Amino acid sequence: MSILENAKQTVQGAAQAAMKKAIALAPDSWLPGGQPDPLIRQQHGLIGAPVSRLDGPLKVRGQAPFAAEFPLDGMVYAAIAFSAVAKGRIAALDLAAAEAAPGVVLVMTHANTPRLQPMPLFLTAEKAAGGDDLPVMQDDRIHWNGQPIAVVLAETQEQADHASSLIRATYEAEPATIAFAEAKAQGTEPGQFMGQPLKLEKGDAEAALAASPVSVDATYVTPRHNHNPIEPHAATLAWDGDRLLLHDASQAVAHTAWSLAQVFGIEEKQVRVTSPFVGGGFGSKTLWQHQVLGAAAAKLAGRPVRIALSREGMHRMIGGRTLTEQRVAIGAQPDGRFEAIIHTGTVAMTRHNALPEPFILPTRSAYAAGSLKLDVEVAYMDMLANTFMRAPGEAVGTFALECAIDELAAKLGMDPVELRIRNEPERDPVEGTPFSARHIVEAWRAGAERFGWSRRNPTPGAVRDGEWLVGLGCATATYPYYRMPGGAARLTLTRDGRVRVEIAAHEMGMGTATAQSQVVAERLGLPLEAVSFAYGDSSLPGVVLAGGSQQTAAIGAAVAAAHRVLVAELLQLAGNDSPLAGLKPEEVGGLDGGLAGLEEPARRESYASILARAGREAVVAEASAPPPLETQHWSMHSHGAMFCEARVNRITGEPRISRFLGSMDCGRILNAKTAASQFRGGIIMGLGLALMEETQFDERKGRIMNPSLAEYHVPVHMDVPEIDVIWTDIPDPHAPMGARGVGEIGITGTGAAVANAIFNATGRRVRDLPITLDKLL
Amino acid sequence: MAKIHVTTTVNGEPVEFLCEPQQSMLDVLRGPLGLTGSKEGCGSGDCGACSITLDGRLVCSCLMLAVEAEGHEIGTIEGMASGDGLHPLQQKFLEMAALQCGICTPGVLVAAKALLDKNPDPTETEVRFGLAGNLCRCTGYDKIVRAVLETAAEMRGAKAEMPEAVR
Repeated sequence: MSILENAKQTVQGAAQAAMKKAIALAPDSWLPGGQPDPLIRQQHGLIGAPVSRLDGPLKVRGQAPFAAEFPLDGMVYAAIAFSAVAKGRIAALDLAAAEAAPGVVLVMTHANTPRLQPMPLFLTAEKAAGGDDLPVMQDDRIHWNGQPIAVVLAETQEQADHASSLIRATYEAEPATIAFAEAKAQGTEPGQFMGQPLKLEKGDAEAALAASPVSVDATYVTPRHNHNPIEPHAATLAWDGDRLLLHDASQAVAHTAWSLAQVFGIEEKQVRVTSPFVGGGFGSKTLWQHQVLGAAAAKLAGRPVRIALSREGMHRMIGGRTLTEQRVAIGAQPDGRFEAIIHTGTVAMTRHNALPEPFILPTRSAYAAGSLKLDVEVAYMDMLANTFMRAPGEAVGTFALECAIDELAAKLGMDPVELRIRNEPERDPVEGTPFSARHIVEAWRAGAERFGWSRRNPTPGAVRDGEWLVGLGCATATYPYYRMPGGAARLTLTRDGRVRVEIAAHEMGMGTATAQSQVVAERLGLPLEAVSFAYGDSSLPGVVLAGGSQQTAAIGAAVAAAHRVLVAELLQLAGNDSPLAGLKPEEVGGLDGGLAGLEEPARRESYASILARAGREAVVAEASAPPPLETQHWSMHSHGAMFCEARVNRITGEPRISRFLGSMDCGRILNAKTAASQFRGGIIMGLGLALMEETQFDERKGRIMNPSLAEYHVPVHMDVPEIDVIWTDIPDPHAPMGARGVGEIGITGTGAAVANAIFNATGRRVRDLPITLDKLL
Repeated sequence: MAKIHVTTTVNGEPVEFLCEPQQSMLDVLRGPLGLTGSKEGCGSGDCGACSITLDGRLVCSCLMLAVEAEGHEIGTIEGMASGDGLHPLQQKFLEMAALQCGICTPGVLVAAKALLDKNPDPTETEVRFGLAGNLCRCTGYDKIVRAVLETAAEMRGAKAEMPEAVR
């Protein structure tokens, strides 16, 4: 459905609102035999409406407060000095000039940092948020080139920056593993992701490959990437005795509060983390050493601290996506049916983090194949801990897999869209579970039609426009549905007919607060204006990571659970004098600012009336979401059919993207405007991945060489064409609201669609990202 | 070090402040003047999040010394709306989802206004070029370009002829 059509439906929806029926409660679990979320059947309400973001007015005025903008009395500013060697120990630190510099309040090094526990490493406990589990300035050891070695606090940021530049360190360097080839030569180990080995064999794929009449077998390389949100990481924090208040830029407030409590040896409830606005995260805004160092320095100095990283500081101490080297081999019959898919390779990681970039994840469920062999091996290096970045695994894994399919299509002389459709699996190829809702074929057909795919000339290099070679390419995008445990929410319904939702979730630009307000309004039968959504504060209920594209489902399930409690309480308050008397929670639903019988809408009482008669100002309901067992019963994935038109200059080799279409299948879309933005934002980051993004790593020194936005290239206005987005809008019956996440899928498949379009334009197959002009000359 | 007294105009209001000679305009705006709408994304003129106008000319306030404001007129995002009324660019950015996280938004809006003040009828390429110094990591840019073009058309009083304007 196009966005315009969606907008039209909203208008129609408003006209039909008067005929609406009450909406039943959402199920209390998403298990086999259960009912789908009744909201799925609501076709003409707030769900899906292109509501403008509710925080927009604040943001366009420049009045939304970000982490580095909370004023605290007596606050000092922090600057960090970084190590210049990759491994060894600090022999000496000359601090005299820094300590004597104007405005300096404190210089903190391993010699005076308070004793701290290491950060609980992300994924090792429910609320662990740390990017690494190294000692934080506790000793003289150096673990990576760029590790913090000193923190300066001063009265102004300029003074702190200047003083930290005066620190002179000498090192006793030790041999470090900083070249990928050397790391591989030292031996690799099988990768583990969320407790599962990243290794799988189904049948004898190597033998099937050898026996296949047609095959491809190639190696694809992707470099390191940095998230580079435009807001640098920052925290403004203060101690009040043993209580820590931290205004953070965070996509994990509850996790960060718990983790900081472990670091400082205090109770979880003694730490409060707020994060009302986040200037982009993409996986980077969890707990890194700067929050710990800022809090430690604040304790030592007895003053509130603002620690705002420089752009260089982000590249030195906030991990990014690691490099991958992937083999993809596909064996097929002449009709295109896959006999074998082999997707193996090696990634770089440190001994102090837990994310071996899981590039095989998309291959687990994307296609039917007679046999499968998947393996991620880890080579350990002495470098900054790598971490999650938008679609970890899928973003780079789909580049290799979907390029290989394009190569196979060329070899078979088949249309790449038809080749993909021919290998559609009936059930999950690995788990054997049924798909919850898989409509990728519809997405391919709709996308091909809209993009004009039939006009593609399959002969590479055949289409010219002046000095430009023009080509079309496509690829499958895919990202799983996740819903992590820990979701909980509180609803407060007041006598004035308003409801306040409270949940420790996050708004980093995705549109969460807006879309979820629409959902709550629809569930309760309230106008959107009657809903307020409180988030971004660890003191609120729930442990809700803004990651894995799971916030929508996690919040949706938690709110549904709290809603059940709320309705039960309301019916009790309504008592025997209400038209609702005798009805059970399952027999009522929200309608026009009150509860009404599902079968007899005339049996209705407004929320205001129920509360007034009961003499109550408010009803408060809090509940936890049921465990996310739906993913064990169904294979739940979003998909997209990505289409790209690329132009390559015959003389300079310059690649430009002239058209792009994402035809998405992500279940029900909750807000047409914010979801389209999420798709487009993912796609543009995929264009960056395809054409320009690379964190350059000096294999002689282990140092990142391009720690700035002048040298780490992200797409700019001139690089990006109009990006077209459409979607199937077919609800997933096994997900809350019928919706799967939309935040990460856009970056998947995009790199391959670009590479495949460039191949179609030029006949040049580039298998190492980014595809810069030198590779096309 | 002796502080320097600066007399300037910010968003049409006379303003005086004391600063150190090496302090950036951005630092003074965000610190002593409390105008945090201008953002610091890089401190090196690469991202445009700190964009302001100096006598109507677009500058990165992180690359400008605060003392250079003496006797000149500074314009920031805080001066764009008049009271409760948003500037047409601000309104259009809301409607057309030309913002997400909001960190680059003030700089983009200031740059877009500076562009339209000089060139009320820009081509798409001129808009892209005019905003080339403003990085955004969320939106995918195209919505920003459409929003600026549409605002320009509306401000000219002409009927917009954008393809599929509601994006």
